[in-house]
Amino acid sequence: MKLFLKYDFNKVCKAILEEQLEKLQLPYYVLGLSELEILSTPSDTEVKQLQEQLLKYGIEIVETPKRILVQKTKDAIHEMVYEKDNLPVSKISDYLASQLHHSYGYLANLFSEVTYTSIENYIILQKIERAKQLILTNELTFTEIAYKLNYSSVAHFSTQFKNVTGLTPSAFQRIISKRRNKEADTS
Amino acid sequence: MHIEPIHILLADDDENDRLIFNDAFEEIKIKTVVNMVKDGIELMQYLQTPGTKIPHLLFLDLNMPRKGGMECLMEIKKLDCFKDLAIAIYSTSASDEDVEETFIRGANVYIKKPSDFEQLKRILTKVITINWQYHTSGLNRDVFLLNL
Repeated sequence: MKLFLKYDFNKVCKAILEEQLEKLQLPYYVLGLSELEILSTPSDTEVKQLQEQLLKYGIEIVETPKRILVQKTKDAIHEMVYEKDNLPVSKISDYLASQLHHSYGYLANLFSEVTYTSIENYIILQKIERAKQLILTNELTFTEIAYKLNYSSVAHFSTQFKNVTGLTPSAFQRIISKRRNKEADTS
Repeated sequence: MHIEPIHILLADDDENDRLIFNDAFEEIKIKTVVNMVKDGIELMQYLQTPGTKIPHLLFLDLNMPRKGGMECLMEIKKLDCFKDLAIAIYSTSASDEDVEETFIRGANVYIKKPSDFEQLKRILTKVITINWQYHTSGLNRDVFLLNL
């Protein structure tokens, strides 16, 4: 039997955070997807313990203000690509600037400095990742996916998919399904 | 700002190729630490030595004596401890069937080796940059496929 899963990213993260913080008996308040307030003053060992526990789940404690802002930019992009039913039609640069209260120029420079990639490329990458996810659930046609991710046409979507991955959406779909069949055969 | 360098392992039997790749890595602005092995047998020994730091990214030549890239790929994919290791296969040839077969067997990247150094640098930069996003942004590595 093969099961396809869908995740609620926020819920998963929140559950993990709550579990780990309660284990360490730290009073806390979850402020949002990527912000957490510890209501006491934890010792260095406690912070370190928390850091190690969270790292197992791929959750990192971000340290410098610059990195925090980059992480917030990534979160805003993630939310935009994954949680809005359709991507905003307004200019993405305006959207990010208003969400994060910094000029787009500042955000863009900082982003490239920390991540080695531009905001534009990062958004494209995230959109293609979302597209891959949608392709693999087999629920939507390529045309529907293109529309959902705000591409002007399925041709435009396929071209961008090919530019990013070197594969057409259908080749991608074929490869992953063959790979999964193979894994199912050997295990 | 402290940024962890990217650990790269290169498996290639041709000394010239190893030098060219190394030069290319050095010219890329992302900081890398590169280790090299000379063939598939050395590669598997290296990876299975206790205490070895698993690299972020493995560049694997398809055509090597003793043990080829495809054989290594299949062996690595069977080992659970390497499930997060991104594997970039490269070869001088690239028919659609070969590329697809390599992906199905678990490779993340297929590179058709260019003859031009500048182009190689561009390709390696792209592979390393995208791999870095998978590594740092929690993207799903199971669907990381890149054909260059």
